[in-house]
Amino acid sequence: MKKTYHVNEKGYYGTFGGAYIPEMLYPNVEELRQQYLDIMYEESFQKEFKQLLKDYVGRPSPLFYAERLSAKYNTKIYLKREDLNHTGAHKVNNTIGQILMAKRLGKTRIIAETGAGQHGVATATVCALMGMECIVYMGEIDISRQAPNVARMKMLGAEVRAAKSGSRTLKDATNEAIRDWISNPVNTHYIIGSVVGPHPYPDMVARFQAVISEEIEWQLQEKEGRSYPDHVIACVGGGSNAAGAFYQYLDDERVNLIAVEAAGKGIHSGESAATSVLGEDGIIHGSRTLLMQTKDGQITEPYSISAGLDYPGVGPMHAHLYDSKRAEFISITDDEAMTAGLELSQLEGIIPAIETSHALAIFDTRKFKEDEIIVLNLSGRGDKDLNTYIDYFKL
Amino acid sequence: MNRINQKLQEDKKLLSIYFTAGYPSLNDTVGVIEDLEKSGVDMIEIGLPFSDPLADGPTIQASSTQALENGMTSEILFEQLKDIRKTVSIPLIIMGYLNPMMQYGIEAFCLKCKEVGVDGLIIPDMPVDVYHNDYQAIFEKYGLINVFLITPQTSEDRIRFIDSISNGFIYMVSSAGTTGAKNSFGNTQETYFDRIGNMNLKNPQIVGFGISNHETFTQATHKAKGAIIGSAFIKHLTTHGTKTIDTFVNSVLGKQ
Ligand SMILES: Cc1ncc(COP(=O)(O)O)c(C=O)c1O
Repeated sequence: MKKTYHVNEKGYYGTFGGAYIPEMLYPNVEELRQQYLDIMYEESFQKEFKQLLKDYVGRPSPLFYAERLSAKYNTKIYLKREDLNHTGAHKVNNTIGQILMAKRLGKTRIIAETGAGQHGVATATVCALMGMECIVYMGEIDISRQAPNVARMKMLGAEVRAAKSGSRTLKDATNEAIRDWISNPVNTHYIIGSVVGPHPYPDMVARFQAVISEEIEWQLQEKEGRSYPDHVIACVGGGSNAAGAFYQYLDDERVNLIAVEAAGKGIHSGESAATSVLGEDGIIHGSRTLLMQTKDGQITEPYSISAGLDYPGVGPMHAHLYDSKRAEFISITDDEAMTAGLELSQLEGIIPAIETSHALAIFDTRKFKEDEIIVLNLSGRGDKDLNTYIDYFKL
Repeated sequence: MNRINQKLQEDKKLLSIYFTAGYPSLNDTVGVIEDLEKSGVDMIEIGLPFSDPLADGPTIQASSTQALENGMTSEILFEQLKDIRKTVSIPLIIMGYLNPMMQYGIEAFCLKCKEVGVDGLIIPDMPVDVYHNDYQAIFEKYGLINVFLITPQTSEDRIRFIDSISNGFIYMVSSAGTTGAKNSFGNTQETYFDRIGNMNLKNPQIVGFGISNHETFTQATHKAKGAIIGSAFIKHLTTHGTKTIDTFVNSVLGKQ
C-alpha cells in the first residue's frame, strides 16, 4: 500500500486520532462521520461552498512574492495571503464549510468554542449570513482579555457564554461546547475551530482548509512553472491553517513541510505551547494525540503571547507528521515572533497576526538556499493584535 | 466470582453511590467508602479526578478540581486503597477518564486495581471498539469488569452489541445531558426506562445521571436493577461534610 499521511478509514493518522468520546456524543459524531464525505462532495454543496468562498470570503487569496523579505534572507519567499479573507484569517474557510454542512444535516442551532475570538467571530459571521442561532463558548479569562472580538461576536448576533470551569481558557471553552452538545444532541451542530476533536472533525476541517494548498498549486504553476514549492511553512496552534497549506503536498515528499509552534518564554521555561516537543501521547477533546500534561495525566495550561497558539494539544494529523518525521517542527519564542511581525510590517507593508509572526520568525534561525521556493501561509492579519504589539513595542 | 456479579444476583434494588476520591479532603477517601458501606449502600464508584471531565456537570467538575488541588493522583488513590479489602466487602468500581489511566499505563492500572481489590471500571471516554480491540484481554486477565454507558439516543443495535461485550451491568444514562442532580423524571425517561427494560438484555441495567432522592431512585429502579447517585451525594458532602453520610443514604432509601 502507498504510504499516506492522510486519515485512514478508521479515523486515525498512524496511531493518533480516533473518536474517544462519551457514549452521549456517539450518535452526533457518528451521524457526522457517516455523512460528511457524501455531503461535502455533492455537486450542489461544492457549488455553494466555492461560490461563497469567492463572493463572500474573497478567494482566491493572492500568492504574493515577497521581494524585500526574500532579498533579506537570500531565498524566494511567497506569502499565501489568508489575512485578506473576510474576517481576517483562514478560520472562515472552515466555518463556511461547516455551516453548509450543518444546514444539510438539518441542524438549526450552532455552538462553537473560541480562544482569542477569531474562530468565534468567523462562526458568528456565517451564522448571521445563514440566519442560524449561534452560541460561542469562551473562557472567562479570555473574555476579559479579548474584548474587541467579544463585541464583534455580539454585534453579529451571537451569544457569548463564559466557560467558568478549570483554567477558564480555550480548553475549558471546548469542554463546555462539548457538554452543550451532549445536552442538545438533536438540533445542534458543533463547529469546531481547528483540526482537533474526535474523528471526523480533524479530517473534515482539513478538507475545508485544503482550498489553501489547492490554490497554491495553480498559483505557483503560473508564477514558477511548477505546482509545488520546496518548503511550506505554517504556524500551528490546533493545526488548521497548516493542515490546509500542507494538504495537497502531504504525500508529495519533494515538498518539505515546516510546522512552527509557540515556545512562549522558552521551551523549558514552564511557559510554553510547544506541544509536539513537550507533549505526551494521550486523549484531549476526544482525540488521541500529543498533549501537554502532568505525569499523572492532568492536562496543563500552555502559554504563548499569541492567544491562537496556546492550545495544550495539537491535531492528530500533526502529531503523526511529527512522530513520523514527515514534517519539520520548529518552536519560536514570544520575542522572536514579535520581532518578525515588526519586520514583515516594515519590509512588505503587511501587519501579520502574532500567530503568523511565529512562522515568519524562522528565517532568522533556519537557513534556505537561494534558489529554493518557499510558501509561507500568512494565516491572519494583525488588527486583532494591535494592542499586544503596542504594549510590546511601546508604540 | 467478581463481587459485582455476586451483588447483581441479590434479590433487591441496588443503590450505588459515586464520590470523587480525595474530596472534600485528600484523606477522606477511605472513610467515605467505609461509611457508605455501613450506611447500607450496595456498591461504590470511586471517581478518579481529571482536569477535563467532559461528561460531567458543574458539581462533579468542581469536586474534581478540588480533589486535584488537594493533591489527588492515581498513585495516591491506590496507596489509599491498599488495605481497603480489610474493612470493606461491597463492590468497588473506579470511574475515571482514559487519559490519566493511559499515563499510568493501562495494564499497570488494571494490575493495581486487582491488587487493591477494585472490581471494575467505568471509563466514559473509552470507545467501545477500542476496548474491544485493545483492552478487553487486559481487563479480563485481571478479572475486571468494564461497564459501558447507553443513553436515550443509543440505537437498539448498538445496545445489543454493548450487551454482548459486557459482563457485569449496563450503565443507563437517564437523559441527554452531563451528570447532575434532578428532582424528578418526566414521561420521556419513563418511556425510555420501559423500552430498555423490555429488551431482555443479558446484563442488568443500573440507571445513573440525575438521581438525587428517594423519588428519583424509586422511579429509576422500577424496571432497572439499581441506580447510581453522584452529584447529589457530592453536594451533601460539600454542605454537610463527611459526618452524616448515613442520613443521606437513609433518605434515599426511604428509611425514616
Ligand atoms: C491568524 C491565526 N493563525 C493561526 C491560528 C492557529 O490555529 P490553527 O493552528 O488551527 O491554524 C489562529 C487561531 O486562532 C489564528 O487566528
